[in-house]
Amino acid sequence: MILNKTLYFRRRLANMLFIGLSLGAAVFGLVWLAFILFALFKNGFSAMSVSLFTEITPPPGSAGGLLNAIFGSVVMSLGAVLIGTPIGLFAGTYLAEYARHGKLAFVVRFVNDILLSGPSIVTGLFVYELVVVPMHGFSAIAGTLSLAVIVIPVVVRTTENMLLLVPNGLREAASALGAPQNFVIRSVTWKAARAGIITGVLLAVARISGETAPLLFTALGNNSFSTDITKPMASLPAVIAQFAISPYEDWHTLAWGGALLVTATVLVLSVLARLLENQKRT
Amino acid sequence: MFVVPTGCELPPIHDVMIVPGPSLTDISLQENSQSLADLSARIETARRAGAGDARFRWTALLAALLVLIIFTGVIGSLVIGSIPAFKAFGFEFIITEAWRPTREHFGALAPIYGTLVTSAIAMVIALPVGIGVAIFLTELCPRPLRRPIGIAIELLAGIPSIIYGIWGLFVFAPWFQLHVQEPVIAAVADVPVLSSLFGGSPFGIGIFTAGLILSIMILPFISAVTRDVLETVPSVLKEASYGLGSTSWEVMWKVCLPFCSTGVVGGAMLALGRALGETMAVTFVIGNAHRIDPSLFAPGTSISAAIANEFTEATTPLYTSALIELGLVLFVITFIVLATAQLMLMRLERAKGK
Repeated sequence: MILNKTLYFRRRLANMLFIGLSLGAAVFGLVWLAFILFALFKNGFSAMSVSLFTEITPPPGSAGGLLNAIFGSVVMSLGAVLIGTPIGLFAGTYLAEYARHGKLAFVVRFVNDILLSGPSIVTGLFVYELVVVPMHGFSAIAGTLSLAVIVIPVVVRTTENMLLLVPNGLREAASALGAPQNFVIRSVTWKAARAGIITGVLLAVARISGETAPLLFTALGNNSFSTDITKPMASLPAVIAQFAISPYEDWHTLAWGGALLVTATVLVLSVLARLLENQKRT
Repeated sequence: MFVVPTGCELPPIHDVMIVPGPSLTDISLQENSQSLADLSARIETARRAGAGDARFRWTALLAALLVLIIFTGVIGSLVIGSIPAFKAFGFEFIITEAWRPTREHFGALAPIYGTLVTSAIAMVIALPVGIGVAIFLTELCPRPLRRPIGIAIELLAGIPSIIYGIWGLFVFAPWFQLHVQEPVIAAVADVPVLSSLFGGSPFGIGIFTAGLILSIMILPFISAVTRDVLETVPSVLKEASYGLGSTSWEVMWKVCLPFCSTGVVGGAMLALGRALGETMAVTFVIGNAHRIDPSLFAPGTSISAAIANEFTEATTPLYTSALIELGLVLFVITFIVLATAQLMLMRLERAKGK
């Protein structure tokens, strides 16, 4: 009896320890989140001002804003989404509608998932070799393409997943009415999966709006306002990187302002995506 | 029985049944009016729809092939770009430490070491914590708190890498230097092994700081995958175990985790793949020193940090090529890790299907 009691006690103790540790793990994660967001909001809000949106990046020691970087980020992200979405949409459609169990689909799916979580800096090297070297210079085109390469796998994955959720009965019903397959896909399955596909695009935008590594040696950066897509173009993440490692205090402030802008964009997009997803489920 | 309520009259039948001419009915129902023109129009429509069908299918196939082309393009461009460096150094490249751009001598051992060690530190911290978070969220957390805490942890994955970088450089590193590194270095100064592992001066930035920040970044990936697989554990298994008198800890450790170990390992590998290729956060806090120091607190470099830092400054073709070869090494390492992860998760999916 005494032996059993110690065993019981030991098991109770182990259990309490375990519950404590897993609670600790959750607290650990939340504390970091709070730590990061607090620092970001504190430093970011003190950098917020109208000139942040109306003036271009200044030389060290003078006042300025991030207008050219915001413009560049918007232009390149938009371009990347415009290029990447149709390709991703069609590739995802191929995987879900035409070749679900085929060998080619298996390979494409495999490769796509590698691209999805592979290192983005390698994407930058690829576009550097593909576009920057032949064009003899960094350009917004190269930056846009490197972001598009990141958009594609995200859209492929979500499109396929969402199309697979569409019940086969819908497809069969449409086909039985005599609709050709492309009509079934465009007017029935795409429509049924629309919310999910838009969620995927939003997530892709969220992903690329903070993406820095591939832009460093494709779009490079530009400290004056430029709308020429064959020339280097500034972008928010690249400016943050450049300003943060500089020794100038006012550049640091601008970097924090940019960091808050980027994070706010990403968070708003993620929340939108989540709302859309929930709306579809109910 | 179908009862028409009093006071409510059905519309007169002719109001609904009137068919205003042939335009509303299907032409196939009107045998008499089917002219040759109609027929040929229908054939034309069918033909066009068929042609559109083929075109649509080809577009989809092309898009799918484009994914493959991008992938082979990435490998191809890296291989071609690294040929000059490979010719110059051969396999010496990955086993020598010296990185001397001015003398055109490049050895990649220090960045490779940095990448592997930071990722290892990240995994050592994030794996148990991630599993702990997942267990907490699926089993222990009070239901109303489950969603908000889950979303908060997922937010960590949404914060862009550059934000971790700037936060790590300006906020975390100084704090870490003052409140962790200094006391730890002082405490282990006389302990044999630990003093070299955690020795040196407290810089704030360094290999360990990079690994720690990486662990925060990959934590949500591990906990998300673990949560997903924990939910696949049949509740009868858990109930049976609880019924035998097991504690929560015993149910988790001896029933649930063994049941979904493949999924957890797969998720961990996926997270490892991310950690290996992470660039900006690491670049900011690792210190960018091409050397291998026994101390984890010492500055070092990683493959991605070296590329991000030096690529635009690389003045000679050989320098550029050496950096691209570094990229190739990184790609090969992450490919192996991610491919293994996928194969494991795929096997799990298939087992679930059965």
